[in-house]
Amino acid sequence: MAKIKLSEKKIQELKDVCKTFHNDKGELINILHKAQSLFGYLPAELQEVIAKELNVSVAHVYGVVTFYSFFTMQPKGKHPVSICLGTACYVRGSEKVLEEFKRQLNIQVGQTTADGKFSLSCLRCVGACGLAPVVLVGEKVYGRVAPDGVSDIIAEYNI
Amino acid sequence: MARQIRIALRNCGVIDPERIEDYIARDGYMALAKVLTELSPEAVIEIIKKSGLRGRGGGGFPAGMKWEITRKVQADQKYVVCNADEGDPGAFMDRSILEGDPHAVLEAMTINGYCTGASKGLIYIRAEYPLAVERLKTAMSQSRETGLLGNDILGTGFNFDIDIRYGAGAFVCGEETALIHSMEGLRGEPTVKPPFPSVEGYLKKPTNVNNVETFANVPVIINKGWEWFSSIGTERSKGTKVFALAGKINNVGLVEVPMGTTLREVIYEIGGGIQGGKEFKAAQTGGPSGGCLTKKHLDTPIDYDNLIAAGSMMGSGGLIVMDEDDCMVAIAKFYLGFTVEESCGKCSPCRIGNKRLFELLEKITQGNGTMEDIDKLRNLSTVIKDTSLCGLGQSSPNPVLSTIENFMEEYHEHVKDKKCRSKVCKSLMQYLVVPEKCIGCTLCARNCPVNAISGERKQAHLIDQEKCIKCGACMEKCKFNAIIIN
Amino acid sequence: MNRIKLIIDGKTTEVPENTTLLKAAKTVGIDIPTLCYFELKDMNIENRPGGCRVCVVEVKGRRNLAPACNTMVAEGMEVYTHNIRVLNARRTVLELILSDHPAECLTCAKSGSCELQSMAQQLGVREIPYQGEQSKYRKDTSPAIIRDVDKCIMCRRCEMMCNDVQTVGALSAVNRGFMAVVAPAFEMNLEKSPCTYCGQCVSVCPTGALTEVDHSRNVINALADPTKTVVVQTAPAVRAALGEEFGLAPGTLVTGKMVAALRRLGFDYVFDTDFAADLTIMEEGTELLDRLTRYLKGDKDVKLPILTSCCPGWVNFFEHHFPEMRDIPSTAKSPQQMFGPIAKEYFAKKLGIDRRNMIVVSIMPCLAKKYECQRDEFKVNGDPDVNFSLSTRELAHLIKASNIDFNSLSADDFDNPLGESTGAAVIFGATGGVIEAACRTAYELYTGKKLLKVDFTELRGLENVRKATLDFDGLPINIGIAHGLGNARKLLEDIRDGKSQFHAIEIMACPGGCIGGGGQPFHHGDSEIIKQRASAIYREDAGKPIRKSHENPFILELYKDFLGKPCGEKSYNLLHTHYFDKSAGVFVEE
Repeated sequence: MAKIKLSEKKIQELKDVCKTFHNDKGELINILHKAQSLFGYLPAELQEVIAKELNVSVAHVYGVVTFYSFFTMQPKGKHPVSICLGTACYVRGSEKVLEEFKRQLNIQVGQTTADGKFSLSCLRCVGACGLAPVVLVGEKVYGRVAPDGVSDIIAEYNI
Repeated sequence: MARQIRIALRNCGVIDPERIEDYIARDGYMALAKVLTELSPEAVIEIIKKSGLRGRGGGGFPAGMKWEITRKVQADQKYVVCNADEGDPGAFMDRSILEGDPHAVLEAMTINGYCTGASKGLIYIRAEYPLAVERLKTAMSQSRETGLLGNDILGTGFNFDIDIRYGAGAFVCGEETALIHSMEGLRGEPTVKPPFPSVEGYLKKPTNVNNVETFANVPVIINKGWEWFSSIGTERSKGTKVFALAGKINNVGLVEVPMGTTLREVIYEIGGGIQGGKEFKAAQTGGPSGGCLTKKHLDTPIDYDNLIAAGSMMGSGGLIVMDEDDCMVAIAKFYLGFTVEESCGKCSPCRIGNKRLFELLEKITQGNGTMEDIDKLRNLSTVIKDTSLCGLGQSSPNPVLSTIENFMEEYHEHVKDKKCRSKVCKSLMQYLVVPEKCIGCTLCARNCPVNAISGERKQAHLIDQEKCIKCGACMEKCKFNAIIIN
Repeated sequence: MNRIKLIIDGKTTEVPENTTLLKAAKTVGIDIPTLCYFELKDMNIENRPGGCRVCVVEVKGRRNLAPACNTMVAEGMEVYTHNIRVLNARRTVLELILSDHPAECLTCAKSGSCELQSMAQQLGVREIPYQGEQSKYRKDTSPAIIRDVDKCIMCRRCEMMCNDVQTVGALSAVNRGFMAVVAPAFEMNLEKSPCTYCGQCVSVCPTGALTEVDHSRNVINALADPTKTVVVQTAPAVRAALGEEFGLAPGTLVTGKMVAALRRLGFDYVFDTDFAADLTIMEEGTELLDRLTRYLKGDKDVKLPILTSCCPGWVNFFEHHFPEMRDIPSTAKSPQQMFGPIAKEYFAKKLGIDRRNMIVVSIMPCLAKKYECQRDEFKVNGDPDVNFSLSTRELAHLIKASNIDFNSLSADDFDNPLGESTGAAVIFGATGGVIEAACRTAYELYTGKKLLKVDFTELRGLENVRKATLDFDGLPINIGIAHGLGNARKLLEDIRDGKSQFHAIEIMACPGGCIGGGGQPFHHGDSEIIKQRASAIYREDAGKPIRKSHENPFILELYKDFLGKPCGEKSYNLLHTHYFDKSAGVFVEE
């Protein structure tokens, strides 16, 4: 059994997060948001701690985590790449851009490259439809991306 | 020239959203002051009812009536919820209002609290909108400091405060019962209505849920009067509507037009026409829940009822323009792909039915469809609409039904002739070398990722259709237009 | 309450407000088909997520069809339950469900009692026009329950049972959309979850998504092995329900036929768990009296109330959820596990055979018993005291598969010495029965007087939590009874918070007690069946010549001959156990 051992300090941090939300199970989603921003993702152990603090079942927490696409149990890459597949981007060819990222990074959506540098995900509209198709790397927005511009974007982070 | 009237967007881009003074300078919080000091809750509700304001989130339920129902339910605690879970792909009206004029929403929610008897407001907002969240937080602390939010607002003894709850990436949470479950820390699964949230909502208490744009209209209605508001728009759809123009259109962005403006005015006068001078084919309103409007709808006045009659819906206001390069079968498949991903999975018609719709569309776009499949699409769509638990499933087949209705010939071409006229459906395309034009430069062969192109230098090349993955690289590289799509 | 008048399929009816269309339709003889809907009346158990959409009907004036299970009547409503629109929709919805369901009916464990299968028959589905990808998940086999959730139709009944009724929290809906399914956290094996194996999820699952682990094969092999002496014990609740599998009316007692069938199957000795139940009373009753006497003398170390420990689902529950309170339940083993060592350490020796050559099989209304008999502390050098535990349903299948015409069998008697039992033992099968049996004995032992009225009717019934005060010759004894783990949780929380006033509490994991166990014939939500089984149990008790455990002559002989005295050293070694803290988190496997 592979346990992802969180350090005592990290667990305490997590418990403090729960406490700021009064260990209220109604605040589960807010707590998961905070936890994910603290840890980058939501490993099983972390969900167990939250369940215990809020006095709900782990199955319940997992049920919520797997319902919302924002939550992930996989650590994201150092540079998370998100491709917008909203309608505006779609009609302007974002699907081809996505294919190109998949090909060049050699990963599927939801995966992280072996070196941990890039992870790939899809978004539904970031509200930048004027720039369609849109790609986000971390917080940085790339507009009007064409398939042949993909290698340049990757190269920016591959130093 | 079609005119834009800015009511919901009145302050966007005009004021500094981080300064309450700017908002106040433009009559901000005047409506709240008037309501708290001069008007009874019933009188305010009457104004909203008479104004004819309908919910801008999609359904179009009369706002005043909702307020009245919430007011009439007896309870020790009630809630006001602002639905800012703008999930329609291609729609960003709510975000713009929250980022550009956060106080308008806070003011309207407070007015609603006064009318319904709620002392607590909650804004449910997408986690993808960090700037909007920041602006809201700033606005909330400013209005608390100014005595416009919190206890004893404006010295009237009225208490009302607002809290923020985050969405986490689930389109279905735009549905009000799902939204409420999400705010309660649960999976965002909808529940059967009735009971409506106005009667039994957040924590089982009466909850008035309105969307951002609906709220943004409220202070203006109070300030300028219901007569003024109801003079704008059509008979059953009053006021304006904000649309997010996107797709193959020259001027992309937000527009706010009176209800009843025609699609032609929006696309050609305000939107500046189709990109590259191409031909308009369709416009999708209502996102994945809506349908497409076609050339024959160009002069139909846009309002709630006309859109429904045209097989679409207002939705939250996304308006995606498509031209001759867009394949309508592929567009239907795109929207179904979205629905399949966003279905919560609770009820079987939505969970399984939309999946089957998607698979049928996939079969057709791959050239394996039969005429019977089109009948299946129709029957299945009707049943999914008729039997699904919530608004998501009840409207998800709309893109299928409306494309079948308006573009049946494209379906026929895919099924019978195995052709995609817009050259979008890869499986139906063949890249061919025109021997007369090919000079044998080998550029295409060198660029083909799968080595599907063969030919001697200075001789016409040939594409092996078995190997070809239809990436289009050859066509892009060919300098002599010697490669065509069949 | 206001009466509401409405018209259903042209028939006018009047029902109280807040009645669902489903129930209103029943008043005019219209039986609208349902799939996810589930109700156990009298026990406050209801599941109506409105998810399957099979029960949709047309309500005049409404845009969409409405789910009958979840739509309340309104004055003047006009409802159509089988017009062409409704029929087409209902059929299409069912076809969709079937299109995401493996067509394995021929080999499915649930075939014949599957509600999806019967619905397909009822609607006359002969082909499935919609085909496509089916959702696939990992199959999960635990010591008691198999999850084959490819067959899950998301009715959510198991989720409701596990969370709302049992408050175990092993299951939840997970994922979204097409891949949504009910599963333990991290979709890990049930074995690693806080599952108690109460089996209530299995007993309500409409399909074969949740079934018991079948041990029939092992039993058939043992019976065919000439070197083995195969001994069977049958739990009290089995005899009150087994007949249902053979078309007999619920509540028909089939004790004698069951014994005859077991003998035909080839068991060398057909014994009764009831014998061990009498033994349990001797041990548990003595422990209760001991704690009570010490408590009355002012001993501060003594823990009260004492909690019964014969239900393995309940034992699993407190080990997972209340490990800090594991010194409160009685240390007495359950009857099944008392029977084991008596068979293998006492009876085998009497026969002169090695315990390894004796196979003990139990027939139980329960799935947790399958896990219980596999616990390490119930093994001697790896040899389990009880080798295999079969459910009532498995026994019925075994009888059918062995060409036995059950209904034509004439009654047989249990073998001795481990087949003789009292009425006190029989009532173990119904909620409140164990504590009633214990009180019959404890009263006489404590007061030294003869108990004139052995029926403690105040301890019977189906209310969720029952409280009664018995008069032990001037000493008031407060008794608590809970069936269903959610009710047990309430009592436990009271104890933990120091609010409990009870001296003794009986807890059964399953609603109704063992008669409603996870291994019983499927009741499909008919609580009348559970009531009939209970009345059969009490009938059997009333008809017994001896109705107090401490008067069972074979029990007395066993103590004299072998055990010594209740809670003595030998008893303690063989018939008592200890509990574990199982609350530690389980993380996902790589």
